[in-house]
Amino acid sequence: MAEREYAYFSGCSLEGTASEYDASVRAVLKELNVRFREPDDWSCCGSTPAHTVDHVFAAALAARNLRLIEKLGLDTVIAPCPSCMTVFKKAQYGMTESEAFRNEVNELLDEPYNCGVESKSALQVLFEDVGLDAIAERVTHALPGLKVAPYYGCILNRPPEIARFDDPENPVSMDKVLMAAGVEVTNFAFKLECCGAAFGVTKREMVNQLTYKVLSMAIDSGANCIAVACPLCQQNLDLRQEQVNKTMGSSFNIPILYFTQILGLVYGLPPREIGMDKLVVSADEIVYSRITVEEMRKRAELEAQAKVKKPEKKIAKEEAKTEENE
Amino acid sequence: MDAINLSNKTDWSFIEEVAKESGQNPSLCYQCGNCTAGCPYSHYFDYPVSQIMRLLQAGQKDTILNSKAIWLCATCETCTTRCPCEIDVAHIMDTLRIIARRENRVSEKDIKIFYDAFLDSMKQFGRLYEVGMLLAYNLKSGHLLTDADLGPKVMSHNKIHFLPHSIKGKDQVAKIFERYQNKAKKHG
Repeated sequence: MAEREYAYFSGCSLEGTASEYDASVRAVLKELNVRFREPDDWSCCGSTPAHTVDHVFAAALAARNLRLIEKLGLDTVIAPCPSCMTVFKKAQYGMTESEAFRNEVNELLDEPYNCGVESKSALQVLFEDVGLDAIAERVTHALPGLKVAPYYGCILNRPPEIARFDDPENPVSMDKVLMAAGVEVTNFAFKLECCGAAFGVTKREMVNQLTYKVLSMAIDSGANCIAVACPLCQQNLDLRQEQVNKTMGSSFNIPILYFTQILGLVYGLPPREIGMDKLVVSADEIVYSRITVEEMRKRAELEAQAKVKKPEKKIAKEEAKTEENE
Repeated sequence: MDAINLSNKTDWSFIEEVAKESGQNPSLCYQCGNCTAGCPYSHYFDYPVSQIMRLLQAGQKDTILNSKAIWLCATCETCTTRCPCEIDVAHIMDTLRIIARRENRVSEKDIKIFYDAFLDSMKQFGRLYEVGMLLAYNLKSGHLLTDADLGPKVMSHNKIHFLPHSIKGKDQVAKIFERYQNKAKKHG
């Protein structure tokens, strides 16, 4: 990985309410020797609101940033927020495939964008470029008892023509990354179901109902934690969890961690460095449960020994019973 | 769903407009219903997405542009991913929303106010100023206490900035807005 250099686009959410995602992505990239530079003076990607106005306009707001990255001499940008990433990919592919569209977009810009930048999510870079072996190699700690439902959200892998990553119906990249890191994952049927976050402010009750379904399905899968890769999903499932409980009469209390925070934990990073204190539903129990891989191995050995001993005791008890009966 | 009188004039130019702007061919839809089955919002739409597609084929412009469905679509891309005819359904919904906005027919006022507050913030500072956007939304929508319950949570976890962060190139961003608006005016 050492030779390659990426651009990094944090985006507005990661600068504000999702600062723990930003901190944990940066920390994990550093641990895995992924080098990156940031464009100076980046602007908002435009997100959903811009594409309700006009597609050329939306692409131009994205392309201003892609142009800044192009000027850095870099050809791939890591955009941890799926909303930024999708907007970038849509602009990139739209402008590459149609000259007319490219010209229209460039007419709105100060400097034309020459379509030289591919965008990838942090998950895509870890899964495809860093690789599972390197992810596994760095692990120093274990999280015993943790069962994670990997939640991809709606647009990380879809639509397939734009995302060009993993499977659009049953993605497995986050499952595999977490498993490589020694974390147990559950079979989560709602891993792609939209949580409704875009309407969190405007249609609260509807969003609370949608979120309720996602949380319920995660619990049903046997999970005691949900891993996310999107600042909007995280905010919706974590910050609004109490709202969901009030609206739906439920009593969820399940921690919602960025998958990079989980990696940071098994890499032995200090909890504050990966923003564990920023989570609204406390993940303290997960942090306190952390032990070294060495301790985990000893614990497993002891458990295995205990298992071997148990049957002997049982037999002895049964013998005693038969003697009594006689 | 209300009964729709198909003898009402079919608006052929509307079908053409949507097809051209979205780059999709609505007549490929054979009403299998896969999009509606997968749509997380079907329960909340006045017309499920497959019915929007059928209304579009029938050129029922008013019904579509006045529908709540086009504003409640979150572009989650499930319909597009699952359409057996490879129609980019979410892109058609997006295009319908753009046309409704352009013709000033917005059935879900609050959603548009929210999007506009987002864009205003972006135009002003170059980046999104989360606190300012929420306040602007609450004032303009008249729902003054929206998400007030979340305030203490984000504050106690030190998750927000109270002051906006202006970028040096905010004028460049504002120019993108202006050039687009001028172009839109010219083309009516």
